[in-house]
Amino acid sequence: MMKIVEGSHAVAEAVKLCRPQVISAYPITPQTHIVEALASMVADCELDAEYICVESEFSALSGCVGASAAGSRTYSATTSQGLALMFEVCFNAAGMRLPIVMTIANRAMGAPLSIWNDQQDSISLRDAGWLQYYAEDIQEVSDLHFITYRVAEDHRVLLPAFVCFDGFILTHTYEPVDMPTQAEVDAYLPAFKPYQHLDAKNPISMGMYATPDYYMEFRYEVDRAMQRARDVYVEAARAFADQFGRDYTGAVEGYRLEDADTALVAMGSICGTVKDAIDEMRADGKRVGLLKIRSFRPFPAEEVAAALKGASTVAVLDKNISLGQKGAVALEVKDALYGSGIPVLDYIVALGGRDIRKRDIAKIVDLAEKGTGDMFYGLRTEVL
Amino acid sequence: MAENSSELFDAGHRACGGCGPALAARLIMKGSGENTIVVASTGCMEVFSTPYPETAWKVPWIHSLFENAAAVASGIEASLKRQGRDEHVICICGDGATFDIGMLCISGAFERGHNITYICYDNEAYMNTGIQRSGATPYDADTTTSPAGKCSTGNARPKKDLPAILVAHGSPYVATASIAYPNDLVKKVERAVNTEGPCYIQVHTPCCTGWGFDGADTMALGRLAVETGLWVNYEIVDGELEKAKKIVNRKPVEEYLKAQKRFRHLFRPGRNEEEIAKIQAIADRNAKKFGIDIALKK
Repeated sequence: MMKIVEGSHAVAEAVKLCRPQVISAYPITPQTHIVEALASMVADCELDAEYICVESEFSALSGCVGASAAGSRTYSATTSQGLALMFEVCFNAAGMRLPIVMTIANRAMGAPLSIWNDQQDSISLRDAGWLQYYAEDIQEVSDLHFITYRVAEDHRVLLPAFVCFDGFILTHTYEPVDMPTQAEVDAYLPAFKPYQHLDAKNPISMGMYATPDYYMEFRYEVDRAMQRARDVYVEAARAFADQFGRDYTGAVEGYRLEDADTALVAMGSICGTVKDAIDEMRADGKRVGLLKIRSFRPFPAEEVAAALKGASTVAVLDKNISLGQKGAVALEVKDALYGSGIPVLDYIVALGGRDIRKRDIAKIVDLAEKGTGDMFYGLRTEVL
Repeated sequence: MAENSSELFDAGHRACGGCGPALAARLIMKGSGENTIVVASTGCMEVFSTPYPETAWKVPWIHSLFENAAAVASGIEASLKRQGRDEHVICICGDGATFDIGMLCISGAFERGHNITYICYDNEAYMNTGIQRSGATPYDADTTTSPAGKCSTGNARPKKDLPAILVAHGSPYVATASIAYPNDLVKKVERAVNTEGPCYIQVHTPCCTGWGFDGADTMALGRLAVETGLWVNYEIVDGELEKAKKIVNRKPVEEYLKAQKRFRHLFRPGRNEEEIAKIQAIADRNAKKFGIDIALKK
């Protein structure tokens, strides 16, 4: 049913429809409305789940680890500093193959303190073994929760997952959203069947310590699971498209890309702005297109290479930076295009909530076409 | 042998001969029984009991991180509740994981009132990383990070009173125990796991490697700690002291100190009367606080 709803509430509603059995969460801006809404649903008996009001993000994810290990479908949400506080637990959850789903309301990392949006937080956890999906709008972020639970809990995968959407830009915005019914979601998302779990009737030891004789094999298995998640995601998204008519089957998605000379690459809500900018530039006769990245982990290098093979210039918009190097997305795209001869230029944009508009996108296209790139775009130089 | 054993913490572990914590684990499992899920912090016990692909645990067991056993246990308890299951959830963690790095998670779990039993095996230092000081290390103990030296008599601070902190959290059952009194420990675990709410037991577990004594003397050392009043076995129920083990003709602390290398700097080159007197004062305060002294004429 279509309704106008705030991004955070759409996520909470989608999470409710996924029937989590244990929610373990700590409030932090701009994630707060999600966990508040879920707490209300539990308080009103609309959602039959255990809600653990933990004392920190560290315990939030630790609680999810315990609940998931004991065989329950588990949910949390966080952002920025909260995610940083979970750093150690993130690696642990992946290493123990616990399919926890966590929404990330993307926000900049301090210092200086910033509550506003960029994607530095989840990008900084890129090596933790979590699947990472990024949504462009509120419909997409709510739908991705159904798909993500299905992928994460698939016995070929068994990995935790981030569903990322931009803080404030999407969390606090109202958009029309088509929310499925419980019966529809139940038909799509089966109940959680753990591969193995803590059970006194069938004891196992989890999270033991491994000597150098065994450790590498565990890491290999996590990597294989991540690789298998590519196909499992496509299957799950195709089944979603068949049932609900909304198509997220691509780990990447092209927009007016077929004949583009200059291809922009981006993740998250900025893609909407870029699409509008492209329409205007196209009207002026510029052949510009967008490649939107939906899955950052696993990274769809083959799809990226295939989608960008016709471009003469690639300009990546990175709302993050691997300090001392470049933006993380640009590095991935360069790797995907290695040997193709296509120049990949990186633009660090919109850090800490700095606005980025259609005219900025047009300027970046101009810069890229002149071969000027690998820069912080829009710096206010008077304070440097 | 293990196949026919009824032990829930069984053969196959790699603890030192005479390991106090290994005995504690065996006794704890006798008290809790097979319907138990064990959560363990990183520490000596995790390392010696679960070297992949082996395990000494015949109950479900999970190690997550050094500091989050209480939070993981909270999640397990919530998960069991949701599924209508009734296993006991117990944490078995060392003193470093409990007194120091795990305090946040323990405080949170106790404040929220989860139905879990948190058991600290207290060997009074970080023992698997090489005998460093923790918040449970007693006054004047020599460790690698609180070494006795020309201007140091060892650990400069008294042991943190963690049981009191957890009593202040409103825990319905807080107890101390010692492996030297095995039946008492088993009974306390039984009582804790059958008490609704977050319960805490701190078990004194002498560590022959860390403290410097012969592994054959573990039980004797444990007894001496109690007989000198440096360790008191007590139970606090709903905030009130219910019982503390009485000691007939309490022994001087010196007997306990002399038996361990971690205190040998107090006796050589000369006897450090001042420091020994301070430690005796700690024992005397304990005895008075818990009312354990029974004096009989010799």
